Amino acid sequence: MAHSEEYQKLEGRIFTRSFFVLLAVVLVGFFFVGVRFVKGIGAVSNMSDGYPWGIWITYDVATGTAIACGGYAVAILVYIRNRMQYHPLIRSAILTSMFGYGLAGFSVMVDLGRPWNAYNFFIPSKWQANSAMFEVALCVMAYSTVLIIEFVPAILTSIEKSKWNRMNAIRNWLHPRIAPDQQTMVDTLEMVRLGAAWLKPRLNKVLIFFIVLGITLPTMHQSSLGSLLLIASTKLHPLWHTGFLPLLFLLNCIFIGYSIAILESLISSYSFKRPYEVEELSGLAGLVPYITVIWFCVMIGDLVSRGQLAAAFRFDFYSRFFLSDFLLVAIGSLILFSKKLRRSPRWLFVSASMIVFGGALYRFNVYLIGFNPGKGWRYFPSFAEVMITVGIVALEILAYKVFVALFPVLPNTSGHGAKKHGKAKATQPAADAAFQPAGAQLEAVTVKTHN
Amino acid sequence: MKKQSRRDFLKLVGATGAGLVAASAASVQANEGLHVNNDELGMLYDATKCVGCKACMSACKRVNSDYGSLSYEKARFDTDGLWDAPSDLSGSTRTLIKLFKESPKQWSYVKYSCMHCQKPSCVSVCPVSAMTKEPVTGIVDYNKNTCIGCRYCQVACPYNIPKFQWEKALPQIVKCDLCKNTNLREKGISACAEVCPAGAIKFGKRKELLEEAQNRLKDNPDKYIAHIYGEHEGGGTNHLYLASMPFNKLGLPDIKPEAPAEFSEKIQHTIYKGFIAPVALYSTLCFIAVKNMKKHQGHGEEDSHKKEEH
Repeated sequence: MAHSEEYQKLEGRIFTRSFFVLLAVVLVGFFFVGVRFVKGIGAVSNMSDGYPWGIWITYDVATGTAIACGGYAVAILVYIRNRMQYHPLIRSAILTSMFGYGLAGFSVMVDLGRPWNAYNFFIPSKWQANSAMFEVALCVMAYSTVLIIEFVPAILTSIEKSKWNRMNAIRNWLHPRIAPDQQTMVDTLEMVRLGAAWLKPRLNKVLIFFIVLGITLPTMHQSSLGSLLLIASTKLHPLWHTGFLPLLFLLNCIFIGYSIAILESLISSYSFKRPYEVEELSGLAGLVPYITVIWFCVMIGDLVSRGQLAAAFRFDFYSRFFLSDFLLVAIGSLILFSKKLRRSPRWLFVSASMIVFGGALYRFNVYLIGFNPGKGWRYFPSFAEVMITVGIVALEILAYKVFVALFPVLPNTSGHGAKKHGKAKATQPAADAAFQPAGAQLEAVTVKTHN
Repeated sequence: MKKQSRRDFLKLVGATGAGLVAASAASVQANEGLHVNNDELGMLYDATKCVGCKACMSACKRVNSDYGSLSYEKARFDTDGLWDAPSDLSGSTRTLIKLFKESPKQWSYVKYSCMHCQKPSCVSVCPVSAMTKEPVTGIVDYNKNTCIGCRYCQVACPYNIPKFQWEKALPQIVKCDLCKNTNLREKGISACAEVCPAGAIKFGKRKELLEEAQNRLKDNPDKYIAHIYGEHEGGGTNHLYLASMPFNKLGLPDIKPEAPAEFSEKIQHTIYKGFIAPVALYSTLCFIAVKNMKKHQGHGEEDSHKKEEH
């Protein structure tokens, strides 16, 4: 299971200009988080008793965790569907899932009115199994832990291989009086390295059970995110309120998961100037339309059985939002049905973004747009509220950039390609091997000029 | 091989999906039926008797202000703060009288406060049991010492009753508890019913209230809309209403007799019955994953990629 040579650290500086831009956004967001804790939620947000859940729940939790389902979706493919060629994608997918879920948890703590009471989730006498929220909360906490465990091998590899240059530099920079003794430090670091070396094979042995747990838990809580709105039968518009909400949310997170894995790979290849993983991505993209078709079948079948199909074509406020999420996902899926377009990074990018936006819009529809608590209530997020969400997203991107530089996360382009084309694909013509990176580079250029 | 595996994948998705579909379909059929307890405490509000004096509002605040974290609300014109002038139920007001006026002849007062449902949505959704329903009195109570402030009760309540203190750094939920810790304990009656000078609020057991309401409907059929609001709405409520105008005009929503909490709990219970489904899912996935892994170790590292291609 030791796939360490499959991944590599990203070479380059961490403190680039984009780093500081992101950092500034993060700081603005956290300023408003501070205001929220001093002056109350009402001081920063437009939420009201009619709309008690705003974009913090709708985006950061309900949509953010779906977007963070890349790790879940790719893990199903690799470990359950046994398609090991996608294995190189998994570590970056897990990393984004880890940040997505961790920060969803963080924004929940911002959103909770009485967060100091959150320990009640761990007191069995307070448990309330009827509540979908209880299920979501426990599952999300458990899954975040599992994601961290799944990521530990990358950190251990990094520790094992580290020469501790930076640590030594800091030691040398410190005043001799407060700096630890050279010998003690070397000994301590050696202990850490040995510890990591000891832990790694043992962790690798049991890791598969955590990985499977990391597939079970999202299946549970992503469907429960849909169950959350089952109770709002008088408030949620009939276009969306159905007993099938759990199933629709589960399918929705799977196709968002694959699409976001595609997007992440394309974006990081583009921005880190690495060759595109066209082979893997087009295979991944081929799966998406099948899931969206199932999703559409459930959705439309349910609308027909409840006699609400006409409401979808009334072209009023609700119908328009329903149709836009429908069309975004449908058109994105249609593009992906074409084998040729699937091999073009640009079309992959277009279709995957459409599916992610459409799928996310579906969740917005259920949590906010289709939610009508009665006359007189309105909600549109305030500036401060949006900035808190934007700050959290910026932190996610920032942390991703730092982590891919510190730990071996991204697919190892040289080693991976050589292994694949040199040995496994012996039957394929060698020209084919050369074609992929070249084609990818060409695409990169076209995308660049296009923008 | 590629086609083959895609089919397998679809099978897997389909199987999971079919399971869930079957579960939710079965759950809709399995109607357990809600047991209505008519011995619970409640109130009957007769809008035709109400004179709109708001004595109930003022008594509620006087009695519950400390315990229930209530406070006076200033109106914009009233800079000196002479009056308590809440415009709606809020984080400082748990009962409220409003006037609905359609025309000079067509008008009605209406009282808003917790309906104390037979099957309360807020209790069903609270993840940490901060909302509870007392088994004997049927009072739906809130405990701020366990509440985490997630506001799911607000999302769930079809009557929009629980209110949140948005302006406070240490907020809580505010809702009527039938003076459980104040007037009811001391005098055996809720403060609003005690002070009402017009007899518009009657306090008592649900069966007495229903009887009284039916009698009033029988005696004065012209005066009332022939419906006791709360008798069947959302599984039945302990706070009942009589009025001369359609209830939805008075801000009381049309709700089906099935409690919303019944619907959601049925689906949730079917999926998570005895925690069998999640455990089964986990074990199945473990079996598949371990098998796959063994295969790979058998073939060796390099072959793993080759294997995928045929």
